[in-house]
Amino acid sequence: MRQIEADLIKKAVKNLCLEANFYLRKDVLEALKKASQSEESLLGKDILQIIIKNAELAAEKKLPLCQDTGSTSVFLEIGQEVNIVGQSLEEAVNEGVRQGYKQGFLRNSMVNDPLFRRQNTADNTPALVYSEVVPGDNLRIRVMPKGAGCDNVSRLKMLKPGDGVAGVKKFILETVKNANGRACPPLVVGVGIGGSFEMAPLLAKKSLFRKLGEPHPDQKVSRLEEELLNEINRLGIGPMGIGGTVTALGVAIEITASHIASLPVAADISCHSLRSAETKL
Amino acid sequence: MVKKLKTPLSEAEIYTLKIGDRVLLSGVVYTARDQTHKRLVEALKKGKHLPFPLKGQVLFYAGPTPASAGKVVGSIGPTTASRLDSYTPLLLERGLKGMIGKGSRSPEVKEAIKENSAVYFLAVGGAGAYLAEYVKKAEVIAYEDLGPEAVYKLEVRDFPVIVAIDAFSSDLFQEGPLKYQR
Repeated sequence: MRQIEADLIKKAVKNLCLEANFYLRKDVLEALKKASQSEESLLGKDILQIIIKNAELAAEKKLPLCQDTGSTSVFLEIGQEVNIVGQSLEEAVNEGVRQGYKQGFLRNSMVNDPLFRRQNTADNTPALVYSEVVPGDNLRIRVMPKGAGCDNVSRLKMLKPGDGVAGVKKFILETVKNANGRACPPLVVGVGIGGSFEMAPLLAKKSLFRKLGEPHPDQKVSRLEEELLNEINRLGIGPMGIGGTVTALGVAIEITASHIASLPVAADISCHSLRSAETKL
Repeated sequence: MVKKLKTPLSEAEIYTLKIGDRVLLSGVVYTARDQTHKRLVEALKKGKHLPFPLKGQVLFYAGPTPASAGKVVGSIGPTTASRLDSYTPLLLERGLKGMIGKGSRSPEVKEAIKENSAVYFLAVGGAGAYLAEYVKKAEVIAYEDLGPEAVYKLEVRDFPVIVAIDAFSSDLFQEGPLKYQR
């Protein structure tokens, strides 16, 4: 067994919170630069240039890219030969988030209960922690802060198997149309297909970690990604929803087995400020 | 075309604005989000005074990140305006003239904007570090217990916005996309 100190995890999570919020992902920045070239609307072009300038300023001044520094999702891939010592894993992750948000002057956006008191927990915890056990003796940590503007328009639908590819497309396009300007387009659309009622959204979320422009290895799926991206960009929604030819920067699909009677589809909508960072211990 | 405007806004100025106009706003704006709106509207309904005057004023739907040492404000940018739609008509009736947010508004809000000669501005979302450059002063003046949802009195200079719904009921969120649908 390889031992990993909880303290190391804490520090890693803290640093990843800072990195994700201050430095826009390279692939996202590249996609924005391309979009600012191709966008036909002048106002849309202006908006994209502001977004690019924002990324430069945020990095230079160590300011959050967006004031909504999000709820903090933390994905852990724990090698089965790893033994974590010193503290509970979940506590270590939460402490990392707490320290990161404090040190980086990031906004605390979590409330203790969603329905009754809605009191701000004042340290952005609890983090949303997803763990899986994998072969090996490493611990992979991936952090994704995500704002509510785009999370609030994400959707899940249990389609009928007979709805097929056309049904999936229709649902994704409807979701993007409904999101409109509210989710800060140009969007990145993470799609999860298959699994079950709870698994499809998780797949959709995970797909947002994939590098923009990197197609799914299965050609049937990558073709669907490409078709969806083209169709989304023909909607005309444009940057910030006021019209334009770039409504999405990318579509990433993850797909897995499902029940003979099911076709779950989830669309996890990300704003243009798609933030994530990862490390391996 | 870029227009320069100072807050508070007059009706005469508002009538010169058309959707798609780029505007640089200067002067005082107040931040207000969900919980703040709830409190403001409750206060109005009970006939109580508000913590700031509404007449001619501009609300910025925003909750900044905390300012680090020596900074006026952290990152600041618009939140989704439609969440506040149910509160907005009453505020407009009571003298509110401008709103800065992101995303489209309800038909009721559009109607109230027209009836009360007001304007809804779009600011670029997810560009909080950029927009913070145009905020010259920031002070919490009410509801401090709400954390990021407290009311900040901001002094802005040449704060860049786009007219999204004008006083004539034109809506950039409807008209803009129509031009680019293929």
